[in-house]
Amino acid sequence: MQKKLNIGLLIVIFILLAVPFVVPNSFYLDLAIRMAINAMIVLGLNLLIGFAGQISLGHAGFLGIGAYASAVLPTHFGWHPLLAMLGGCVITGILAALVARPIFKLKGHYLAMATLGLGIIINITLRNEAQWTGGPDGMPVPPMSLFGTEIYSDKTWYWIVAALLVIAVWASQNLIDSPFGRALRALHGSEVASQVVGVNVVRYKVSIFVLSAVFASLMGSITAHYIGFVSPNFADFFHSIELVTMVVVGGMASVFGSLVGAVLLTALPQALTSFEGWETVVFGAILMGFMIFLPKGIVPTLAAKFGKGE
Amino acid sequence: MALLEVKDLSIHFGGVKAVQNVSFSIDQGIVYSVIGPNGAGKTTLFNLITGVYKPTTGEIRLDGEAIHGKSPDQLAERGMARTFQNLQICMNMSAVENVMVGAHLRLDRNLFKAALRLPGLRRRDAELRAEATQLMHFVGLDAYVNERADAMPYGALKRLEIARALAMKPRIIFLDEPAAGLNPRETIEVDHLVRKVADSGITVVLVEHDMKMVMNLSDRILVLDYGKKLAEGSGAEVRNNPDVIAAYLGAHA
Repeated sequence: MQKKLNIGLLIVIFILLAVPFVVPNSFYLDLAIRMAINAMIVLGLNLLIGFAGQISLGHAGFLGIGAYASAVLPTHFGWHPLLAMLGGCVITGILAALVARPIFKLKGHYLAMATLGLGIIINITLRNEAQWTGGPDGMPVPPMSLFGTEIYSDKTWYWIVAALLVIAVWASQNLIDSPFGRALRALHGSEVASQVVGVNVVRYKVSIFVLSAVFASLMGSITAHYIGFVSPNFADFFHSIELVTMVVVGGMASVFGSLVGAVLLTALPQALTSFEGWETVVFGAILMGFMIFLPKGIVPTLAAKFGKGE
Repeated sequence: MALLEVKDLSIHFGGVKAVQNVSFSIDQGIVYSVIGPNGAGKTTLFNLITGVYKPTTGEIRLDGEAIHGKSPDQLAERGMARTFQNLQICMNMSAVENVMVGAHLRLDRNLFKAALRLPGLRRRDAELRAEATQLMHFVGLDAYVNERADAMPYGALKRLEIARALAMKPRIIFLDEPAAGLNPRETIEVDHLVRKVADSGITVVLVEHDMKMVMNLSDRILVLDYGKKLAEGSGAEVRNNPDVIAAYLGAHA
């Protein structure tokens, strides 16, 4: 346990180091960046869904808040992009904490409905506050600047995102194998049992909800700066569903499952371009197929098959 | 002074009076059993005392402090542990992790320290794992330390619940039918285990249908019937109480 080599993390680092040298052109580098960003969102979401057993169908809303904070605050108020990014996280954190308490009095379908509603409210707000957000057309995002230099090149973005991903994987692993993580998994396994050993279940659910929301917000900001443009589609309901699908396909309660799910389903739309306009339907079909035939997701199923845990 | 005092405790579910005006007190360090026919309100009583249900009326005091209306996690902080009649094991975790969860309140649960893998926290976690392994030895589950909980047999899970409760280092432990569904040999093992727990200084409150085990272990026994207190006393007193005999064997009018 203690001295065991973290092979999974090493593999991730190796792949991330190799990618820029093997991708044939910038199209694939762009794809890799988006995969890595999605992987981080899904890591956070999997802590909530897979480990703590709480659903959220509104996470794209938090992503949207982060993205728009990075667009609106520098454009209209002249904030430094990093400060705006932090601002997005704070707004998201406060909003998530405020709504989480009443939301987590609910369970199962009701929780799903409440988070779905929250995501839709955020989306509508972004669409309607056109004087700030550009409405349905979206708005451009000023470039990110670090240490006085503005970041434009995909290569630079790639290394930033890759470094963040390594940290995110490492931190998630640590978190899961800690008293905090055990309490989360315990309340998933048996809420009443975790309560009687002293776990304040509402507080834990709220914490992990806020954490995963802030994660999404941060990634929303990064995506916004990377693409240079935001639109309400960031916060779209279907985007929330996509994120949940990544969790399910990769594997609930699996760190590496989150990565696999994000990578596969980010690549999928490229493969599905011939289904133009029907991608969402295909996504839905995939989600259903996994629920029926591979409910544990890819990585846990493989792990069970080859007799090795994470 | 008694460790636990229960006074005029009642709970109503709609028209059903599951527990009615029950009063008793439990002294520190004894084994106290609650018996009664099925549906007498024994598990409901446990749920009331451990904060899973809120009483309709009445009061509960632990070491003089009023604890009725407090949540289960607040009661856990005050040294109250319990097991469940129908298992409440976290099947998504390993056996030893289930025990480690029992030590939740004794640990630094800080999210950020955990995410950063701070050395102090890791060391404490390793110590805890060793402690949990030892507890599994104490309850006789050495063979299952690294097993996934969902791969363990029923009898082992019953004892795993006891190990988890002990990991809390409780002052008082509520065991809800620890021998239910076990074969005679396993029942004897649990009997010995409960004795060992009591000998370690923890006050034990036991709900159990196995009368041999109850008579063997208990210092005092409370008999419930239809949610009411029927009798209380030592094993011999309870056994010879005509009301108790009537409730168990059917009254001759």
